[in-house]
Amino acid sequence: MSRLELRGLARRYGSVAALDGVDLTVPSGTLTAVLGPSGCGKTTLLRCVAGFERIDAGEITVDRRVVAGPAAHTPPQRRQIVIVPQEGALFPHLSVRENVGYGLSRAERRGGRIDEALSLVGLAGYGDRMPHQMSGGQQQRVAVARAMAPRPSLILLDEPFSALDAGLRAELRHDVRAALRADRATGILVTHDQGEALSTADQIAVMREGVIVQSGSPTDIYHRPADAWVAAFVGDAILLSAQDEPGHHGDPAVLRTALGPVVVTELPPGDGALTVLVRPEQIRITTPPAPQAVIATVVGDDFHGHDALVTLSLSDGTQVTARVTAPVEPMIIGDKVGVQVEGSGLAWRDRPGVG
Amino acid sequence: MLTLSVLAVAVALIPLAYLAIRTAEAGGARIAEELLTARVAALAANTLALAAVVTSACLVLGVGSAFLLVRTDLPGRRVFAVLAVLPLAVPTYIAAFAWVSAVDGFEGFWAAALVLTLCSYPYVLLPTAAALAGADPAQEEVSRSLGHNGWHTFTRVTLRQIRPAIAGGGLLVALYVLSDFGAASILRADTFTRAIFLAFDLGFDRTGALVLSTVLVALTVLILTGESATRRRGARYARLSGTRRPPSRAALGGARLPAAAALLAVAVLALGVTAYSLARRMAEGVSRPGTWPDVLAAAGNSLLLALAGTALTMLLALPLGVLNARVPGRLSATLERLSYLSHALPGVVIGLSLVFFGINVAFPLYQTTWLLALAYAALFLPLGVAAVATATAQAPPVLEEVARSLGRGPLGVLGTVTLPLTLPGIGAGAALVFLTCMKELPATLLLRPTGVDTLATELWSNTAVAAYAGAAPYAVLLVLLSSVPTWLLAARTGILSKEVQR
Repeated sequence: MSRLELRGLARRYGSVAALDGVDLTVPSGTLTAVLGPSGCGKTTLLRCVAGFERIDAGEITVDRRVVAGPAAHTPPQRRQIVIVPQEGALFPHLSVRENVGYGLSRAERRGGRIDEALSLVGLAGYGDRMPHQMSGGQQQRVAVARAMAPRPSLILLDEPFSALDAGLRAELRHDVRAALRADRATGILVTHDQGEALSTADQIAVMREGVIVQSGSPTDIYHRPADAWVAAFVGDAILLSAQDEPGHHGDPAVLRTALGPVVVTELPPGDGALTVLVRPEQIRITTPPAPQAVIATVVGDDFHGHDALVTLSLSDGTQVTARVTAPVEPMIIGDKVGVQVEGSGLAWRDRPGVG
Repeated sequence: MLTLSVLAVAVALIPLAYLAIRTAEAGGARIAEELLTARVAALAANTLALAAVVTSACLVLGVGSAFLLVRTDLPGRRVFAVLAVLPLAVPTYIAAFAWVSAVDGFEGFWAAALVLTLCSYPYVLLPTAAALAGADPAQEEVSRSLGHNGWHTFTRVTLRQIRPAIAGGGLLVALYVLSDFGAASILRADTFTRAIFLAFDLGFDRTGALVLSTVLVALTVLILTGESATRRRGARYARLSGTRRPPSRAALGGARLPAAAALLAVAVLALGVTAYSLARRMAEGVSRPGTWPDVLAAAGNSLLLALAGTALTMLLALPLGVLNARVPGRLSATLERLSYLSHALPGVVIGLSLVFFGINVAFPLYQTTWLLALAYAALFLPLGVAAVATATAQAPPVLEEVARSLGRGPLGVLGTVTLPLTLPGIGAGAALVFLTCMKELPATLLLRPTGVDTLATELWSNTAVAAYAGAAPYAVLLVLLSSVPTWLLAARTGILSKEVQR
């Protein structure tokens, strides 16, 4: 139930800048996912917030209380910021009850908070088990309960679901999110899995090379990525070079691409080369080809049940992927089909702001 | 932590460093004069021949019995597994004493070779059995499905999988034979260790003893280099990840009973003779008046000396072990290697070097418990380091971080997380060091304070004057003490488990 603010956070290891000026606000009672490829500095960020690493510049405040800054470094045990590591890391010599009660005072332990935390993660009645008697998913639930029990200012989840198999991961993700919401806990989830970030977080901060390149709501990040890199990292992206059609300036503008005309909500100013982002689900396939459609050849068809990813080769050799929802008949490799872009795309210029 | 670790290794290397300094002081001409004699040549030939004979015999016995125990339907496998490990509980000098007191005129090269083989073939058996039990049966199945018969599969796939284990065990035996003092000297086999002790004990040839020691060190380093080379090659034999399945067992058919009889014969030779002889001499020994007070006094001395040795060893092992577990890297690996160096050296060399160190450099320490404790620490430091490193790995840093983030200060974390997780392992390591100190013979003989007799030295001096009955009570006590770490070691390799654990 606290607000976390990071301002200009920097951390260097020798000549390598792991964090290079990170600004981020985590509103009270929400979950923010820090999303980035491995080596982008997200784990360093987590360790700095927890207090296991000192920062070289910048400031970390929790509810306007400075816990790390130029002149201050509150040790981890006094920050009320609890971590949930990757493998859960339950104390192997303590029972589930003792694990969950580890961060509580004697009075709190008696007050029923342990059972409350355990039932929040769906493990009521498991208190007397030892960690080694539980499955990997259950151990992670206990680790989350242990972190929530003392009602900390902030819970830091360090890729807590990555060691589990896919089916279990989705279920646990959902349950942990519900438990954190029910407890009105504030959290940061560090992950490299864009699906995990999109489905669980209230806010996503995309990180690359020690900098947060964009932060916003999941829909914002997906539909209005700041640049082509973010677009490709969050979800599947089709990036096409485009030319603006004279006479179609103004809002909305229409651009010419290998996929035919694409409507963009906003045409960036300047004269640099244009790139347009289209998502695979925006491509509509027509058989036989519709009159105005661009002709493409089917070169691949990956069937997933609820949808299929169809790989198409355009006349200029460009390959694009289209997502077909609820497919009934398989596509035939080698068939000529028509393709059209539905909805609007997003355009960037190579040299933005010139002219 | 790093400073303390470097300090610990430096302390453990005192004997080796001092040996080098003294030998260098003797001068090239003097060394050449001592070295290039028919006597040294004969000693070297004898020692190396003994090592070669014992190692080959151990390889045959060890690999053969390991295969029978792990990969066949041999009757009574569990009993044989226990019997095959038990020889490790009998220090070689006790086995030698048992044979010499049971068989008249049992001495010389072949006598020593027999006793050393029977005592040390478990060094080959244990790693080979573990490797055989852990080898992936899928690879053998692939070989069979590609059309190779059982024998081809064994030689081309199985043997190659377990070769690092066999080589490691064999080199361990070779090192052990080089450093063995007790059996060689009781059985009067002409080896370096015995020659070094005689040269020193008779008092008039210190330089000779030092030069002989240096040659022995050189031989040891040679074998160690070979050992580390095979270990590096062994890294490639790592199992592919996947589900573990117990290996398949071959049906022996008509060979079941002969195979069991052969293993039984080895067990009778390795254990039966010792047990029979100890029991007989024990019966004679306890009936004599005045034995028990001596035995008790010796046991008390052993206890005190071993306690001092354990305390010093664990003190030095703590920083090294923690460094190894927490900051793995080139530096900590080098430090660990260095600490193994004195462990591989014969006790008689460590003892001798520290005698001169005590006389010439640290006279206040000479003839005190602490110099002997230093010898124990130099010899057994790796046992402690391994225990501390394993224990530290039980409490990974992430657990401490979680505890701190949950609001406990450094002391609270130490008390509630780190110590509860590491103390059992460190305690077990200390117990192992303690028991190993209790049965150490050569360094104790050379360094014990005047008039202080331990179980091992009493046994040795009684045997030296053929007072076999008097030696028996010490021997029995020592065997009982040694069986504890042997049991721990065997349990760790998993050879005692009923079936391979999943």
